Amino acid sequence: MKEMNIMVVGVGGQGTLLTSRIIGKTALNCGLDVKLSEVHGMAQRGGSVVTFVRFGEKIYEPVVEEGSADMIISFEKLEAKRYAHFLKKDGIIIVNDCKIEPMTVVIGSAEYPKNIIEDLSKEHKVYSIDGKKIANELGNPKVLNSVVLGFAAKYIGFDKKDWLNTVEMTVPPKTIEINTQAFNKGYGE
Amino acid sequence: MMPGSAIGRHLVVEDRENRLQQDASSLCINKVEYGDKKIGFITSGICYQYVKEAFPNASVLKLGLVNPLPKKLIEEFAKNVQTIYVIEELEPVIEEQIKSWGINVKGKELFTKQGEYSSNMLKKVISGKDDKVFAKSESPNRPPILCPGCPHRSVFSVLNKLKIHASGDIGCYTLGAVAPLSVIDTTVCMGASISMLHGIEKAKGKDYIKNWVAVIGDSTFLHTGINSLVNMVYNKSTGTVIILDNRTTGMTGHQEHAGTGKTLKQEETYAIDFRTLCLAIGVKNVVEVNAFDVKELEKTIKESVNNDVLTVIIARAPCALLKGQVFPNKCLTVSENCKKCGMCMKIGCPAITKNEDGTINIDSSACNGCGLCLNYCKFDAIKKVERV
Ligand SMILES: Cc1ncc(C[n+]2csc(CCOP(=O)(O)OP(=O)(O)O)c2C)c(N)n1
Ligand code: SF4
Repeated sequence: MKEMNIMVVGVGGQGTLLTSRIIGKTALNCGLDVKLSEVHGMAQRGGSVVTFVRFGEKIYEPVVEEGSADMIISFEKLEAKRYAHFLKKDGIIIVNDCKIEPMTVVIGSAEYPKNIIEDLSKEHKVYSIDGKKIANELGNPKVLNSVVLGFAAKYIGFDKKDWLNTVEMTVPPKTIEINTQAFNKGYGE
Repeated sequence: MMPGSAIGRHLVVEDRENRLQQDASSLCINKVEYGDKKIGFITSGICYQYVKEAFPNASVLKLGLVNPLPKKLIEEFAKNVQTIYVIEELEPVIEEQIKSWGINVKGKELFTKQGEYSSNMLKKVISGKDDKVFAKSESPNRPPILCPGCPHRSVFSVLNKLKIHASGDIGCYTLGAVAPLSVIDTTVCMGASISMLHGIEKAKGKDYIKNWVAVIGDSTFLHTGINSLVNMVYNKSTGTVIILDNRTTGMTGHQEHAGTGKTLKQEETYAIDFRTLCLAIGVKNVVEVNAFDVKELEKTIKESVNNDVLTVIIARAPCALLKGQVFPNKCLTVSENCKKCGMCMKIGCPAITKNEDGTINIDSSACNGCGLCLNYCKFDAIKKVERV
């Protein structure tokens, strides 16, 4: 498999960290060299968060640089816009169609941009999913990250069973079933 | 060590450094990877990864030991490689030593002293190549914010209302500096809140700090706040110090500390009592307040900034993320009474947003039910409901 640079971005608390770990572990289990790094500290506190996952034959640098991302998985629209310039020429964006207003917007010192997905689509290949709706239909809003992961997995590659293996190994035992369902929904089954 | 022994002991240190210096060139942690001999790098740590990423075919001397430097190894590398770059972040520590031996290397005349390096930056500087394809777009900032239900927000909402400045410290509560709370005016390092307030008082006089307090977290207070407080007592300060006692070390991941009654291994232990501690060092006025009791807080803060007595206010309520910390089965919602005044927005709670029509929406999945916003709505537009 060729080298791949992925960024998982979103708002602190949305589960971006777990998602990037699952991607990293899946690549590792498939025999690849993996580097993963995350912005730490304020992750629980509603700020913009970004994690990097890189895998391939041999990986040195732990972060993805501007102009080198093959894929950005964004859990929120504005965060997709914030990091889109990290993409390669033909890199793709996977975006969860959800809007979370940052405090700067809430208090009126900034405006939430309109038509984000449409605008991003002018320059990049964008695939969007309403993860929240699907997670709610499954009866557990917390499995949002597994829905988004399932959706992104199709574009990353690896066998579906490899993905499901890692999901099983990573999520809390009691939630394996619902997370597997969520992954499958996102994957498109 | 006694001063007399220190002089003799220094000979031992010198000898050790000499031997280390000699050994450094044969240690396996300092290793040379020869590739293209026209271009080479001397580097260490994370910068090695950037170098390998950007120039996989170049020659590299990777330092595992940066002090003392392996002089012999570096001299040999310099003989074999045409152009050498020293790649280190921040100050040119390695570079200046190598240059002082008369070896010609390139360094800070090309590379910045600012921030973290990256492979892209190295490529840009050395070969003029830039991988960047797309321009960065403007996006509204998304700074981190205090959690919904955080007790710090309650204290800051009162300070904001009273237009009181705070000398701040390091922890989750440093976020009291950002809008809309905008209470904290200074933050330097752990423990500095108390000593800076004391310094302001000494420089400007006690009347100047009638609208100032120091705010410090419980963990930070035990770490380095207490010694500054001793200084305040000793040097006759009249200031007000608020200990934001959320019963944990929030920001770094909820570790126990000497005031929580548990060791890091979760064993029961003695819990240092802040009130007793403050009284013991001679603080005359120590007041304990529930951090969510905004009326009591307001009264206590007003009183203590205005009098000339050194006061410690212990504002206590557990961190919203502590296990078992659930507000009694109540969440909040907004009724038809909303007059769109926006008062509840002033507390900067991430669960509260504005609807298109200007009324308020409280996201029930984000709300922790602390009830702080109820204190700021004059029109009964917010009420408590059963947690489902
Ligand atoms: C000298 C020093 N040691 C460690 C740290 C890392 N650090 C940042 S915040 C923090 C603890 C804050 O805890 P607390 O004062 O209880 O405030 P909270 O985060 O709970 O609001 C620590 C240890 C630091 N900034 N400086
Ligand atoms: S982790 Fe605790 S102390 Fe920190 S912002 Fe959240 S509620 Fe407040």
